Amino acid sequence: MEDIIVCEALNKYYSGVHALKNLSLKIKKDSVVGLIGDNGAGKSTLIKILSGAHQPDSGHIYFEGNKVKFKSTKEAMNLGIETIYQYSALIPEMSIARNIFIGREQTQYNVGNFGLMKTKTMQDDAMKALTDVELHLRSPDTPVNQLSGGERQGVVIARAMYFKSKVLILDEPTNHLSVKETNKVLRFVEGLKSQGVTSIFITHNLSHVYPIADHLCVMARGEKIADMDKKDTTIDHLTDLLVNG
Amino acid sequence: MSKNFSLRSLLVRPEVATFLMFLAIMIGFYIANERFLDARNIRIVMGITPEYIIVAIGIAILMISGEFDLSVGSVFALVPMTIVQMVHQGIPPWFAIFLGLTIGIIVGFVNGFITLRFGIPSFIATLGMLYIARSLTTVATAGFPPPFPHILPNELFVYQFELFRASLYWALLVAVVLGVMLHRSNVGNWIYATGGDQNAASSMGIKTGNVKMFCFILCGFLAGFAGMIQTFRLEAPLPSQGYLLELESIAAAVIGGVSLFGGIGTVFGAVIGAILIRFLESGIIMARIDAEWFRAGLGSLIIIAVVFNTYISRRATRIGQNKAED
Repeated sequence: MEDIIVCEALNKYYSGVHALKNLSLKIKKDSVVGLIGDNGAGKSTLIKILSGAHQPDSGHIYFEGNKVKFKSTKEAMNLGIETIYQYSALIPEMSIARNIFIGREQTQYNVGNFGLMKTKTMQDDAMKALTDVELHLRSPDTPVNQLSGGERQGVVIARAMYFKSKVLILDEPTNHLSVKETNKVLRFVEGLKSQGVTSIFITHNLSHVYPIADHLCVMARGEKIADMDKKDTTIDHLTDLLVNG
Repeated sequence: MSKNFSLRSLLVRPEVATFLMFLAIMIGFYIANERFLDARNIRIVMGITPEYIIVAIGIAILMISGEFDLSVGSVFALVPMTIVQMVHQGIPPWFAIFLGLTIGIIVGFVNGFITLRFGIPSFIATLGMLYIARSLTTVATAGFPPPFPHILPNELFVYQFELFRASLYWALLVAVVLGVMLHRSNVGNWIYATGGDQNAASSMGIKTGNVKMFCFILCGFLAGFAGMIQTFRLEAPLPSQGYLLELESIAAAVIGGVSLFGGIGTVFGAVIGAILIRFLESGIIMARIDAEWFRAGLGSLIIIAVVFNTYISRRATRIGQNKAED
């Protein structure tokens, strides 16, 4: 299978700290990649670079075979790389429908970039997007703060699906969730594969990502210390790597 | 069940609670004095209210975007004073109005620029502007309040119809246009998103700085416009005009259900909040209570409104989370 993202020798320094050391990584299309590592391993730096929030100091990124340089998250989003940050993916007080369309509202009577929102279309499409990820909520007008943690992740994933993201980067999507809610999120992510979406699942909890991952990448101290298909490894081996570096 | 839920979700809306509070106050003062609701009193109260409505709308939208403006009271005086003085200098009335309103826009821009560029709280940036703009107003009077130049087209803004003044229709126009903008346009969605969670909004590609700047400018413009209407009504430019208005308009917004933390509120709520304050003032006088009690009443109202809104929003969240865990 072809690679959708290829990173070549990425380096990043933050005021003298070498946060990412010569990182090369290949991500296959339509797979679930588990990116594992303890706090400070360089996972966040890597996703910030892939999502366009930060720029690497050296190295190259190829997306679908083309060399890319993202200057902003918007640029990455336009190509189909959507990042879901742990705490700040949704606006709690706003409705599900409004959240799904933040910054990408469907409008009419446009003057330049401004226009009136097609509320009805947005509500209907929001419900459809939720149903597509098997999330059944009563109303698209429900404020997000009335949803459980797992349901919120579902809304975020539905949003990425709706806008035809090709790559979804999930930053600790199961943090602080109950076992039941975690399983819900894992089901969402597993469902992405069949819909042609590649996901990069960042976590420090191996047991969450192991069941659904196709490929695993372990990081420590800014370096990649392991990079293998699931069939070539075991959970014990990975645990050993994580603990002992 | 579904009907039951929709009633509950309606009651949970803060501006609905404000409206109920408004009705209670109206009925209470009507019982105290029947003349509270006769045409004469409504004409008096609604003659002065539009100016407060316009300022409260600007403040409410800015607060929803997550910022404050304490300089509105001073801008409320500075803009009409400048207009009057420019007309005295021989500048054509409409051009003077245009330049005067531009000053409101510039003040809003400076407030926004200082807040965003230097990353300081808007509370401080606009507190500074409160003093600066008030000082400029006093300087512009040149020691003595100038007479009102009657070549200014004030009838267009404040003409007294049978019951209402023209200013009420201007205020309604502002409310409808900005209500549509806030609640129906994509810009409105960005304003709520920016005030609700700035990090989330910018990670979704919204230029939150631009959104806030727009709200600062809008607020400055509306404060100046409302001040102009007051001067046109009184036919006297006073340097003390709009004194303490900044706190009263924040009060109106907050009573109307606008959150101090941004992301929550409606134009309708701000309008009701502003009307409520003016009728409270009138009701206290009509009920032959010492007028000094107005501030105590206003203070209590603010506290009750915020406590109540906090209570119901916590309840609403809890209902949702209990449901989700079932």
